[in-house]
Amino acid sequence: MALDELYREVILDHYRNPRNRQPLGAPGAHADGHNPLCGDEISLDILVVDDTVTEVSIVGRGCSISQSSASMMSEAIKGKTRAEIAELTGRFKAMMDIDTEGDAGLDPDRPGSVLGDLEALQGVRKFPVRIKCANLAWTTLEEALGEAK
Amino acid sequence: MTNLSHLRRDFPILRREVEGHPVIFLDSAASAQKPIPVLDAMDRFYRSQYANVHRGAYRLSQEATELYEDARRRVARFINAGSPDEIIFTKGTTTALNGLSSSWGYDHLEAGDRIVLSMMEHHANVVPWQLVAKRTGAELVYVPLTTGYDIDLDALRSTIDSRVKIVSLTGMSNVLGTIPPMQQISDIVRAQSEAVLIVDGAQLVPHVEVDVQTLGADFLAFSAHKMLGPTGIGVLWGKPELLEEMEPWEGGGEMISTVDLYESTWAPVPQKFEAGTPPIAEAIGLAAAVHYLEEIGMNAIRSHDLDLTEYALHRLGEVPDLVQYGPTDIKSRGGVVSFTLGDVHPHDIATILDSRGISVRAGHHCAKPLMADLGVTATARASFHVYNGRDDVDALIEGLHEARSLFGLSEG
Repeated sequence: MALDELYREVILDHYRNPRNRQPLGAPGAHADGHNPLCGDEISLDILVVDDTVTEVSIVGRGCSISQSSASMMSEAIKGKTRAEIAELTGRFKAMMDIDTEGDAGLDPDRPGSVLGDLEALQGVRKFPVRIKCANLAWTTLEEALGEAK
Repeated sequence: MTNLSHLRRDFPILRREVEGHPVIFLDSAASAQKPIPVLDAMDRFYRSQYANVHRGAYRLSQEATELYEDARRRVARFINAGSPDEIIFTKGTTTALNGLSSSWGYDHLEAGDRIVLSMMEHHANVVPWQLVAKRTGAELVYVPLTTGYDIDLDALRSTIDSRVKIVSLTGMSNVLGTIPPMQQISDIVRAQSEAVLIVDGAQLVPHVEVDVQTLGADFLAFSAHKMLGPTGIGVLWGKPELLEEMEPWEGGGEMISTVDLYESTWAPVPQKFEAGTPPIAEAIGLAAAVHYLEEIGMNAIRSHDLDLTEYALHRLGEVPDLVQYGPTDIKSRGGVVSFTLGDVHPHDIATILDSRGISVRAGHHCAKPLMADLGVTATARASFHVYNGRDDVDALIEGLHEARSLFGLSEG
């Protein structure tokens, strides 16, 4: 297994310098994500205004995969509508799903054109035990979006 | 120095390859691999001797019963129990500790009583006591660790008083490797209370010669699967007078003397505690594992563990950014090394090592209170048994250097 496909520079950058850690400017919807097996933790707050996620605050601790996924997700969802986020989440989960041969719609000729930095996580699929780590933030997001209704 | 790594050939799984690398198994503290004599004993039993025990008046059942009771005798000798009747077969350490808490604990605890644990207990020696504390109103008290990662005996002295009814401690920490001085602890407990002393021997018994006559404990629990035996079976040893007094924690077949519509009487110890069809093949596998360990000699195993641990600590000490958690005095620890590596998360360490065929454990090791006490959320852990050698430690160190390089940690 190619470790350098897993530990891409952009992943390590988000792991070491996680984005959107500042608290929300106004009270929003909250969800906690937790992987009891490995102890990864995510605490997510979002502000949804007129169906659009206008602010994101995400903190956590855990491995490079769970934390970089959380950080990249926080950037990807800011300013997006629920519908856009649902599509993004679908594509991300498809990218992580070992059973759906990559119908996340990624364009191999234009890396990053569909999911941006998040595409760097596609190597995780080759490490099945780590898929849960990558998905944790997204599952937490779905819960927070439910809260925000 | 005792090198036992030639025994590797007895473990078929170690001939397997992972990712083009031979399996280097450094997670025996979670569960150990099985040698051929254990596999053969169980296979033979299922193929040519299998029947239920203690009931059939026919030849097969009689043979199965003899093998099952032989296993009890072998385990009794292994820990120098006074009699095979002091050996209760359980599903494992967890079941043994839960049985103790729900039976002995429930019957002997009242509101205001205390149960004393240490800060380095496995969840299996924490949660059962939380359950019984909730039911009885008893209180849990944790003895802190010294800066040397051992049970703080001064704190223990000031904790033990007549309110304490149960003291339950690990015989060897699954995270730190610490082997607390149980005889000294026992003296303190006896001098200052009437409490029973329970030893969680899950890590200790597979690695260190244990003599229950001198251990200082009232009860000892351990699991076969960490001592090269099968899963699904463990042992609760208890002092005979305590086992006599203790009520069964499970009811069913095998454990009764008479059964009426509304009341029953119990079979004698140990059957009283073995409701239902027991893990028969597993008991036979455990006996084979005990025999295998005895053939090597527990002293040789201890010396092998010490050599590997000393070597591992020395080599880990050479890795920049690596922090070790565990006693510095090699004599008071077993073959377990826990560490963190800069900001490389333990799960990332485990993935990187796995790509080299190396199995280590990463996470909280079912010891969350200890993790909080150490101020970490997770560690990586390598643990040894007879099939490991210095070459495995060398492979581990190489893998850790790769982890540093993948994460861009500077050479320092």
